Amino acid sequence: MKDKYIFRTGVLLIFLFMFTSLFLGMDTCLAQEMGEAEILEDSLAQPPAPPTNVVAKDAPNDNGHALLVTWTLSADDGVGRNNVVSYQILRSDSPEGEFEVRGLVPAGENIFSDEGAKEKEDANYFPPHKDFYYKVRARSDGIFSDSEVSAPAQAYGQWYHTGKTPVLFAVIIFSTFALVFITVARKGKELYIRPLAGIEAVDEAIGRATEMGKPILYILGLGSADMIATIASFTILSRVSKKTAEYQTPILIPCCDPIVMAVAQETVRAAYLEAGRPDDYKQENIYYLTSMQFAYVAGVNGIMIREKPATNFYLGKFYAESLLLAETGSLAGSIQISGTDEIAQIPFFVAATDYTLIGEELYAASAYLGREPVLLGTLKGQDWAKALVMIFLILGALAATFHFQWFLNLLKVQL
Amino acid sequence: MSTNLGVWIAAFLTLGIMSFLYKDNPIYKFCEAVFVGVSAGYWFVTEYFTVFLPKVWDNVETAINVLQAEGRMDWFHWSYLLGGILGVLMLLRLVPKIGWISRWPLAVIVGTTSGLWLINYLVSNAMVQVRQTIIPLYVAGNLNASIGNIIIVVGTFCGLIYFFFSKEHKGVFGGAAKVGIWFIMITFGASFGYTVMSRMSLLIARMDFLVGTWLGLLK
Repeated sequence: MKDKYIFRTGVLLIFLFMFTSLFLGMDTCLAQEMGEAEILEDSLAQPPAPPTNVVAKDAPNDNGHALLVTWTLSADDGVGRNNVVSYQILRSDSPEGEFEVRGLVPAGENIFSDEGAKEKEDANYFPPHKDFYYKVRARSDGIFSDSEVSAPAQAYGQWYHTGKTPVLFAVIIFSTFALVFITVARKGKELYIRPLAGIEAVDEAIGRATEMGKPILYILGLGSADMIATIASFTILSRVSKKTAEYQTPILIPCCDPIVMAVAQETVRAAYLEAGRPDDYKQENIYYLTSMQFAYVAGVNGIMIREKPATNFYLGKFYAESLLLAETGSLAGSIQISGTDEIAQIPFFVAATDYTLIGEELYAASAYLGREPVLLGTLKGQDWAKALVMIFLILGALAATFHFQWFLNLLKVQL
Repeated sequence: MSTNLGVWIAAFLTLGIMSFLYKDNPIYKFCEAVFVGVSAGYWFVTEYFTVFLPKVWDNVETAINVLQAEGRMDWFHWSYLLGGILGVLMLLRLVPKIGWISRWPLAVIVGTTSGLWLINYLVSNAMVQVRQTIIPLYVAGNLNASIGNIIIVVGTFCGLIYFFFSKEHKGVFGGAAKVGIWFIMITFGASFGYTVMSRMSLLIARMDFLVGTWLGLLK
């Protein structure tokens, strides 16, 4: 009985203790929450300390239409009253003038790039070589405090982009290789270039057209005259048209770009002149069709079916039309030689044409066929540059594996 | 079935172009001629309003106005004038006796842009690509990543060997080049499949137009 009494008293005491603790705890929490709220209210009511040391300077490595603004964070950003929400960056063309808002960054950040347009007509035009003054506003909830006005700063363009130094070195190395090999080739030394199946077939394909008495169709692709693939194709066209001039085989070149057409006409005219048959040159065989991709395909497909060319060349820049052209040429029974540097289209050419020059083989083909010292030397220079790239690749992979960061930084290019 | 005349014309032209699958025929020839002619005309008008007027005419006019008003021009005004003059020189192709002058603007276009492309290609096709391929061959605790990285490095290295033209593909070098072309062909196979699927969606869109928009059979 006594034990039971002691047990009941103990349970009662425990409950009493828990109940009291709960109330005391609540009181403490309440007091704490009320205290924090008071502090928060107090901190929101007061403006944050202003940012200091606002400095504006020209943004590096640009075209002269941006300034970089930095500042020291407000004393209430993350510490102190901890009530900074964001920073507003304001600009004026005089220290006493009206400041306009140029940007907003969140609390904790202390840098802003004030960029504008280079066109005078643009509403956001940023004039270079003109003094601008900045101040930074630390913002809290509806209240703010401004920094001192910065010293004036002007934006100006840089002639040299320091982030692209590796590109400069790469250009110098590549150019040196190319110049050395061009000089060697000019001295008459034989430079070896491995045979390319597609190019070996060119003479055979032209011969076939001559035997069959049918024309050759040469498609320069959809690229403009400034594209590397089109330029490489012009060199191959020169060689092909020289052969067609010698064999007196007609060559048809429907173009989709007027400038490409003009260059193709000049190339073929020069080749016929070199072959000693300027009178056989027919300008009307090199003509403009249309610049619209699938309309061009419709036109060329019609030519393939009606003229039944013995050989089709597709060399240059090709897009979605590649398979449509190659498939029709295959149905028409032509020998087809293709080449492009457009990676997505090479599979179609591989599947539907007899010979394909894959990517860089197209550039190599122009040197291989032309046999000119400049082209041969450049190709050799490219090969040596590639060898260097391969060495870098292996060293780089090892450096990445063993965490040699300094080596990896060598190839960092700012785009 | 649609009652819109434009839809009927589009359906006729679509079927006319598709009739090429059977064989060359007068309807295809007609549709081809319409397609080529209309697109060439459309292109001319587009070029006139989006290139010639804003980029040549307006800028040359501004340059001349500035010259008349201020007696001097900024460098960019001169560049507009130079562009305009080169454009006129191109037209000299139409005069056989002095047609050779048109080679000058062609030389400017090809030469200038080749120089510009050199830098772009060097950065995007060489430097950035090499930088992306420099990856660790061993990733601690991740076998899949390690194997993947080794495949990327070996594939790129052997691919580069395939495109090395100064040496015949024989012996070890030839073996590495063969590995390179295997990598390239596997990539092409994947690309082929992917592109075929996207072409199927184009065909489906055309069928949707014929069966749905034109015939109204799809609800």
